[in-house]
Amino acid sequence: MVQLTLPKNSQMKQGKTWDKPTGSNLREFRIYRWNPDGDGNPQVDTYHVDMDDCGPMVLDALIWIKSNIDPTLTFRRSCREGICGSCAMNIDGTNTLACTKGMEEIDGDVKIYPLPHLPVVKDLVPDLTNFYAQHRSIEPWLKTTTPSPEKEWKQSEADREKLDGLYECILCACCSTSCPSYWWNGDRYLGPAVLLQSYRWLIDSRDEATGERLDDLEDPFRLYRCHTIMNCAQACPKGLNPAKAIAEIKKMMVERRV
Amino acid sequence: MSETTPNSNPRIGADRPLSPHLQVYRPLFTMMMSIVHRITGVGLYFGMFLLAWWLFAAASGPDYFNWVQGAFGSWFGQVILFGFTWALLHHMLGGLRHFVWDTGRGFGQVARETMAKATLAGSVILTVVVWIIGYMVR
Repeated sequence: MVQLTLPKNSQMKQGKTWDKPTGSNLREFRIYRWNPDGDGNPQVDTYHVDMDDCGPMVLDALIWIKSNIDPTLTFRRSCREGICGSCAMNIDGTNTLACTKGMEEIDGDVKIYPLPHLPVVKDLVPDLTNFYAQHRSIEPWLKTTTPSPEKEWKQSEADREKLDGLYECILCACCSTSCPSYWWNGDRYLGPAVLLQSYRWLIDSRDEATGERLDDLEDPFRLYRCHTIMNCAQACPKGLNPAKAIAEIKKMMVERRV
Repeated sequence: MSETTPNSNPRIGADRPLSPHLQVYRPLFTMMMSIVHRITGVGLYFGMFLLAWWLFAAASGPDYFNWVQGAFGSWFGQVILFGFTWALLHHMLGGLRHFVWDTGRGFGQVARETMAKATLAGSVILTVVVWIIGYMVR
């Protein structure tokens, strides 16, 4: 359901301003905090980072804050090079990966929130259980009925090329949680990331379950809640285009009827 | 590893806050155009009452028709009709944009921004043109 405002327990309060570190080249960060062991609402804390002592990416600053100012600041990160998708968060108003977002790209204070419209586990860590369950629901693996070949399932170069722009998806959830349609109907609408994954299997020349996969998406919510708002394509830190993948699925739906 | 007692804390579960969404998301141009498309669509729904009212007045007789004509001709009526014209044209051009998308085209960064700008500019220009023609043939 469309609910434009945040529930009472989710409304953000002005938080603590942490002591400034020494250094002349300071940058201000405003970061969403919520502690499951406390008893208050979420709050937005203010930190200052010594830019002369810190790497160029937003993730560098988060790690700098955790190491030098506030060890309780909680966020996910792993590969620090845009391949694991762990550090997806809302930075400067759009969803992206903290590790590939340069601080030079941001004007003024750096504002950081968890991925939008998800239950918060702690600080910048959202609960992605529903997102992963939806990914599982599209059965993201090769499905065949013909007997397996002795070696691998072969694919022509041209057919393999159809997967370009799809297989690169790292399931960071930046796109799905940027989508207002997913905000309002995330319980039933699969969202851009999962639909892009779905299309990746729909057009795989080796997959033999195309019909069943399309049947499963033929639903007022699972596929057709996409209204081409385009936030997904704008958000994807890998430069992929989930909106286009969804349009291709809609086309497949029409084409199989004519 | 720490012990995992997921339900020992009542704040974990139903009481978790929802992360901010509209409150913090940057209003991207294509997103705004999508919302405006929806709003103009709703506006047209109510605008149809104006058309139905006008037709109803025409069927009711000259006195009532003249009164309704007067209402539409007043400055307030003109403002409403001007807005209705813009909503109609904006929604029509938005519909054409969706039609292009339905063919699988127009999804690139440049294409989608250009189409959004063209829709906005086109709707304003066409509205003014329609009203200029309307006043000329009056």
